[in-house]
Parts: sequence; structure tokens; C-alpha cells
Amino acid sequence: MSPAKAPAKPVRILLAKVGLDGHDRGVKVVARALRDAGYEVIYTGLRQTPEMVVDAALQEDAQVIGLSLHSGAHMTLFPAVVSELKKKNATDIIVFGGGIIPDDDVEELKKQGVAELFTPGTPLQDIVEWLRKRFPSS
Amino acid sequence: MRALARAITMVERRDAEVRELQQALRDRVQTPYVVGFTGAPGTGKSTLVDALVALLRKRERSVAVIATDPNSPFTGGAILGDRIRMQRHALDPKVFIRSMGARGHLGGLSLAAREAIRLLGAFGFDPVILETVGVGQSELEVAAVADTTVVVLTPNLGDGVQMIKAGILEIADIFVVNKADLEGHQRVATELRSMLSLAPKSQDKAWKQPIVATSATRQEGIEELWAAIESHRKHREAGGKAKAQAEQRLKDETAEVVAEIARQRAREALADGGVLAERLREDGTPYEVAEEILRLLRGPRELTP
Ligand SMILES: Nc1nc2c(ncn2[C@@H]2O[C@H](COP(=O)(O)OP(=O)(O)OP(=O)(O)O)[C@@H](O)[C@H]2O)c(=O)[nH]1
Ligand SMILES: [Mg+2]
Repeated sequence: MSPAKAPAKPVRILLAKVGLDGHDRGVKVVARALRDAGYEVIYTGLRQTPEMVVDAALQEDAQVIGLSLHSGAHMTLFPAVVSELKKKNATDIIVFGGGIIPDDDVEELKKQGVAELFTPGTPLQDIVEWLRKRFPSS
Repeated sequence: MRALARAITMVERRDAEVRELQQALRDRVQTPYVVGFTGAPGTGKSTLVDALVALLRKRERSVAVIATDPNSPFTGGAILGDRIRMQRHALDPKVFIRSMGARGHLGGLSLAAREAIRLLGAFGFDPVILETVGVGQSELEVAAVADTTVVVLTPNLGDGVQMIKAGILEIADIFVVNKADLEGHQRVATELRSMLSLAPKSQDKAWKQPIVATSATRQEGIEELWAAIESHRKHREAGGKAKAQAEQRLKDETAEVVAEIARQRAREALADGGVLAERLREDGTPYEVAEEILRLLRGPRELTP
């Protein structure tokens, strides 16, 4: 089997858990699905602050940041990542989020610059297809 | 910082445009000292690197880490998780951590890693620490890039030192028996020591491979490890080995770059529907068409990878 069919320029996605909840089973499942879809996933672990997430994304030259959070602080932490990106002149990096997020909050977060939100029960394939639309060559 | 991160991406993509930046940085390039860490999955390499970075930061060195993990050869995807263990350095501007998937380009990681190391040097990072999980041929690639190669073992070796993967004893400049807080580490060190005294494995006959016990999670043995790395560095420099090896590696790297350019040009020349693709189909063997492509390569077109 030749590796030639793998994309020469894989999209790099930084996945992080923000907030204080201490389990990461869900985000690891997402990581595996994205890997299997051909993405390079950089997983940075639990309890990341917005500054840590953005710094890591810059060092890793990630095009996408995926945030996972189940502690209910999404209305503060997700926009904090977006504004940290603004501060660092890196608004070209796309942010998506996952967690238990009510519809009203979804709308508000999108207004604040979070590109997409996925709630529990979303088929993993939906995340992959969303990324494919964003990065057609991937 | 973003400029550096972007340049490393270009290097990984084998994007020729990065040459301009490299040219501009030429005068700043100070080749950093490269320490490679390799060993079986889960032996504690990232935790050790994290502890070593902490020690080096105390000594006010700027440190870069390149952590590699093989991609799936089928999808090109990868999960790069070594950063998890290095989070305490997250906001330190003097620590630059980069995860790399070995993307299955021939020559694998080594070409990209060498160029990334030069870039990191130009941005003031020295030393550069290279972590690679020891599967397939990857540990050989680390040894080919690193100035000092550290092979990490643990007490839970299963069938003992005899079962250590072939070839790995030869590439080590230093052995670490990590997880020295666990039962059995002394046995591993003793077995290894007696094995090495019966049949030394070091490629450099004048260098006796030291064995350092560490507990990365407890940050024990890290100063001893750095001291061992420093004495290996001095040994190489005193014996003239550093210079000879640098020259040899530059030759190897040049040959690899030539191979990379030639491979790319050959693929272009053999594109579907072309004359050469047709001839290849008729010939059924590669040699004559290969000769033809080599003749074409000598042609006037400027060589760019
Ligand atoms: N008891 C003990 N556990 C350790 C020590 N060092 C690392 N570990 C644990 O070993 C596990 C693997 O550590 P890592 O640092 O991720 O190992 P690694 O070699 O980088 O793993 P890969 O990159 O996946 O090959 C973690 O659970 C660590 O906490 C040690 O000195 N003692
Ligand atoms: Mg690791």
C-alpha cells in the first residue's frame, strides 16, 4: 500500500479541554475520528486556559482549534479563546466547540466568533464533513 | 513566533518557498545541540523531556522540543499527544514545543527535522530535544539527526534486557532506566551493564555508554542525565568526532535532498498520458526509462523540490 494517497498537506487541528471537568473520553473519541479521517490532531490535555490553548495552536501552526467542555462555562471560555486569538492577530484560526450547549447559547457563541458547535449525540461524521467543507482539499 | 511556526510547517510540507526565509536567516544560523530521546511506547520519554526542559530553564537556556509520532500510512492522520506531559511550560516564551507526524515521505522525519532544527537554532533555541517513539525505523532516524541519542528503558521489560529490540542498543549514547521508583529497575540496570561489559554496543569505541536511573515523574536523576549528555558532548568535541560527523551528515543530507528532487521530477516525467508513461508500459521494466529521466534531469530546467 503506497502512502501516496495520504494528503501531503494535512490540516492540523488542536484539540483541548478547557475548564475544570476532569474527564476526556469524549474528546479522545473525536481525536480518533479526526485522525482516521486524515487530520493531524494535536491533543493538549485537560484544564487548559484560553491562553495556553492559543499559544499551543500558534506553536503548532494549527488551522483549527477544537474545544471541549462539560462544566457549563462555555459562555465565558469559548469567547475567551476567540478574543485571545484576536489579541495575537491569529483570527484566521477557526474555533469549534463541543459540549452540552443550549440552542440559545449556540446562536450567541456563533455571533461571538465560534465557527460551529457540536452537542452530545452529534454523529462524528458530521464533524468530519463540516471540516471537509471548510478545507475542501483535505 | 508565528513566523517560526509557519516556517516549520513549510519545511514539513517540503515547500521550496521556505528557502527564501532560510537564506535570510543564514547569518543567524547557529546549529543547536540536538538530544534525541527514543524508546518503546509509554516508557516515559515525554515526561523525561518535560523534566529536562524544567532543569534547562532553571539554567536559563531556551529549549525547543520536536515530538514526533508516526502518521497512519493509510490516511495520513495522526494523534500527537506528547504535549500533554509538557503543559507546565505552556506559557514560557523560551520553550517552543512542536509536534510532528512522520508523514511517510521517504527519508521520513529526518529531512524535515534537520531543517526545523536549523530554523529553531536561528530563532535562538539551543538545545533542541527530539522525541520519537521507537517503532519501525524511527529510532534510527533520530540517531541520524541527534548529536546525543538517549534510549529510554523501563523496569517492566517483560522478558528482560535480552528482548530489547534489535539495533536499539547500538544507537544509544546514553541509556536511561526510567521509572526507577518502580520495582525491578535495578535488575534491568544490572543486566544491561553486564551485557554491555561482555559485548560493548557503542558505535564509538572510545565511548562507554553510561546507564542513568531516573524517575521522571519524581524528577529524580534528571541532573545526572544532563551531566551524562554534557560529558558525551564534550567527548565528541574533544575527539574531533563532532566535526567529522557534521561533515558526513551534511553529505548524507545533500544526497537525500538530491533523491527527493529527483523523485519529484521523475513522478512529473511519468505523469499519466505522457510519452514516458507510455514507454514504461511497453518496456515493462524501469531501467531504460529511468536512464531517460536521468538524462532529462541534466537538462536546463532549474531544480526545485
Ligand atoms: N512510575 C512512573 N511512571 C512514569 C515515570 N515516567 C513516566 N511515567 C508514566 O508513564 C506513562 C507514559 O509516560 P509518557 O511520558 O507519556 O511516555 P512516552 O514514552 O512519552 O509515551 P509515548 O510518547 O506514547 O511513546 C505516564 O502515565 C507517565 O506518568 C516514572 O518515572 N515513574
Ligand atoms: Mg511521548
